[in-house]
Amino acid sequence: MGLEEEAGGSAKILPPTEQELSAELDTKLQKYLRGEGADLEALKDKKLKGQLFVREKLYGNSAKAAAKFEKWLMPSEGGYLEAEGVEKTWRIKQDQLTREVDILSSRNQYDIVLKDLGPYTLDFTPSGRYMATAGRKGHVAIVDMKSMELIREMQVKETVRDIVFLHNESFFAVAQKKYPYIYNRDGIELHCLKEHGAVSRLQFLKNHFLLASINKFGQLRYQDVTTGEMIGNFRTGLGRTETMQINPYNGVVAVGHSAGTVSMWKPTSAAPLVKMLCHHGPISALAFHPNGHLMASCGREKKIKIWDLRKFEVVQTIPGHHAKTLDFSQKGLLAAGTGSYAQVLGDFSGTQNYSRYMGHSIAKGYQIGKVSFRPYEDVLVMGHSMGWSSILIPGSGEPNFDTWVANPFETSEQRREKEIHSLLDKLPPETIMLDPSKIGTLRPYKKREKPTKEEIEAEKEAAVESVKDIALKKKTKGRNKTSKRVMKRKVLIDKAKKPFLEKQMLEEGKVAGKKRNLGEETELPASLKRFVRKKAAV
Amino acid sequence: MKVKVISRSTDEFTRERSQDLQRVFRNFDPKLRPQEKAVEYVRALNAAKLEKIFARPFIGAMDGHIDAISCMAKNPNFLKGIFSGSMDGDIRLWDIASRKTVCQFPGHQGAVRGLTASTDGSTLISCGTDCTVRIWSVPVAATLESDHASNKPIEANAVYVGKNAYWAVDHQWGGDLFATTGARVEIWNHNRSQPVNTFEWGTDTVISVRFNPGEPNLLATSASDRSIALYDLRMSTPARKLIMQTRTNSIAWNPMEPLNFTAANEDCSCYSYDARKLDEAKCVHKDHVSAVMDIDYSPTGREFVTGSYDRTVRIFPYNGGHSREIYHTKRMQRVFCVKFSSDASYIISGSDDTNLRLWKAKASEQMGVLLPREQKKHEYQEAVKNRYKHLPEVKRIVRHRHLPRPIYKAKELRRTVIDAEKKKEERRKAHSTPGSIVTESVRKRRIIREVE
Repeated sequence: MGLEEEAGGSAKILPPTEQELSAELDTKLQKYLRGEGADLEALKDKKLKGQLFVREKLYGNSAKAAAKFEKWLMPSEGGYLEAEGVEKTWRIKQDQLTREVDILSSRNQYDIVLKDLGPYTLDFTPSGRYMATAGRKGHVAIVDMKSMELIREMQVKETVRDIVFLHNESFFAVAQKKYPYIYNRDGIELHCLKEHGAVSRLQFLKNHFLLASINKFGQLRYQDVTTGEMIGNFRTGLGRTETMQINPYNGVVAVGHSAGTVSMWKPTSAAPLVKMLCHHGPISALAFHPNGHLMASCGREKKIKIWDLRKFEVVQTIPGHHAKTLDFSQKGLLAAGTGSYAQVLGDFSGTQNYSRYMGHSIAKGYQIGKVSFRPYEDVLVMGHSMGWSSILIPGSGEPNFDTWVANPFETSEQRREKEIHSLLDKLPPETIMLDPSKIGTLRPYKKREKPTKEEIEAEKEAAVESVKDIALKKKTKGRNKTSKRVMKRKVLIDKAKKPFLEKQMLEEGKVAGKKRNLGEETELPASLKRFVRKKAAV
Repeated sequence: MKVKVISRSTDEFTRERSQDLQRVFRNFDPKLRPQEKAVEYVRALNAAKLEKIFARPFIGAMDGHIDAISCMAKNPNFLKGIFSGSMDGDIRLWDIASRKTVCQFPGHQGAVRGLTASTDGSTLISCGTDCTVRIWSVPVAATLESDHASNKPIEANAVYVGKNAYWAVDHQWGGDLFATTGARVEIWNHNRSQPVNTFEWGTDTVISVRFNPGEPNLLATSASDRSIALYDLRMSTPARKLIMQTRTNSIAWNPMEPLNFTAANEDCSCYSYDARKLDEAKCVHKDHVSAVMDIDYSPTGREFVTGSYDRTVRIFPYNGGHSREIYHTKRMQRVFCVKFSSDASYIISGSDDTNLRLWKAKASEQMGVLLPREQKKHEYQEAVKNRYKHLPEVKRIVRHRHLPRPIYKAKELRRTVIDAEKKKEERRKAHSTPGSIVTESVRKRRIIREVE
């Protein structure tokens, strides 16, 4: 009797209703469906329609299966930080956090002070396990972040402006005073990339194995590190550049100029894909969201703007920040480094409205040079003028990694296999485009469209620019007259312009011909009209 | 405040002992894989290229006959064996694995025109131009393997003499009747020396016969008067007849859809019909440049192999108009008979140059026992290649087949002729009142009429 009462009185634990389950699954399903299904109503071919219908159903089933198995395959949940009561998350300090979390995580919060060797810049491998740091005065180090072990440390005795890992932790490229160099994990110099010249920023495209570099005059170079071939060499022509960033979603390189414009480039065309006027002052930092739709840019006029890259419109303007460096985390948190203060902004309502999440100020006088989120960890590492610091930002990293994509616990055998597989899957440079989902689709049938006048002009200018770069041989014994050199340059430029001018003349000739034909019919006197060649009646 | 930070302990994510497998964690989120379509495209391209590198379909030739091979028969009970009969009366049983003759069945005086094995595999029936039907008992599998001294001649069980030369023979599936054709269609029983039943329709020779695998009483024959006739054994009169513009050399029933059959025709195409509706072909398979001599379906029912007078063997999908594969060799002359092996992996072709040739059904397939990982890899490569096979770069590699020069030239010629005819037809239509000229569909064009 007593038992019955208990059973009736206590709240019964019911399994989640089907509606709740399906609502949950729906949101997960959208992620795996990768966009809308094909429109099969427009097809007239019944056989093809039937085949495609079956295939679309299969896609739906596989997306459903992936959504259902998520809870077993991906058990880890992300980090979070919730303030209680009157507390605000951005007032919480790092030492408060380290007291609350476990020992292993609290070890991720530290400061490393290296006073002598200049502002430090850093780069992570895609798995977040290894970090390459370089101080301006030539100090280069590779650190294993899991065990905080220094793998290799060396002094290159030259100014170092940037450092970047290649596909592995076994290779890294350092932008030194005169040329960029590629080093081995053991610090052995493998290559000296003389063609690049003195570069200020380096970036590596992982899927394409392309090393992109930019110097302060705005010359962008792409080099394939597997074959050593220089794929592209472009003069951006938009003035002094200070920032360069890669959009991981589509492999496009964005360059920020001193006039406030951001231009986006791909290695197969001499003209930029997009030129955006972003800020009133020079661009000081750029960052891309991993989903490929958002770009954050900061200008010297102390505004951070968040752009939607599908429409090229401003989504949000955050005033008051003069950020020298920006970075997006895997979960979409935005870190901005200003002076000795690092601000982390988050979009919690899902409406692309970034608000303050956390902040951290390092010792006064230290200038933050670069902020970078560690992949797959809730950690933000800042390289500053006196070394680097690492702080905890709960909720910034992706908790579930995929062993075949990036494995923080990689063994050397797995690393070797992955290198081979990624070389087999190396993408050709032609696959870089603004919308990467266009590959495999049919180009909409257009009658041979002529390029617009502006496009032709842009191509002509790009051709002329590339010709201006060629270095002429210096002749001796009195043959090096200035007038002759000038003539030679003129001849080269005319040669570059020639095909465009020829095409133009052809077009004009055709138009004139058409006009002539039309005119002829009206001009002839009546007595001669019977001699005009008539077109056969259809 | 409530706080949680990602912290991964090494023992959860690495293996305990060195004999253990490495731990693998998966996250199928598309966000972690940027540019996945481009990666898939590159993989499809590489898969197409690798497929071409590993495409070596020819396995070997079985020689021993001294005259052209006119017919072949599969043994339904024994996968490794195949019977072949030649134009000089020599019948042999071959072991496909070693490509050697196991035993011979001498006896026929003239060409052996038809061979068939009973469903239990113990009896072989042959017929020839010497007007005889001979019944042989096939040696059992156990003795076959232990017998290394091959070429043991075997005596015929029975010889039945008829009035006219016989052109083809086929055995009923699951029953004990077999049909021979020549001047007329005759149904025999193993034990009787005279046919049990006779069908006659028209005066022309009937040149091929096939029993339906699903409906044991139904059989299809093709005759010299360009007709295909369907007979039902339970009725005393023949059932339906379909007359085409050119003669059908051979017929094969689809084992998975037993109401459909495909006819190999003299006009270089194969026509698939639904036996219930003979007024229109289901599909026309066009790719050969000379008469198609023989046809056989794969046990999966999804594709069939044809051998043609133009010295090539082609594999067609059951519902597709063009071949997916072509096999040819300089030494292979006119192909008179083809068979698809019962495990759908091999093709055996018998040709004019006295050899039987063994080919792989899928040219780049890795034969033998595959590890599960190998299998998965092959399946993945096949799937990714099929997803992008319509794109120009991949299509160019997948479609590429080397054709011998005479066939290439003949194909071009046919193409020109067809294009010219089409253009003429279009012009005629354009210059006449709309609706006065009606183009007949390809599926009906070659059919003259259907007769009950």
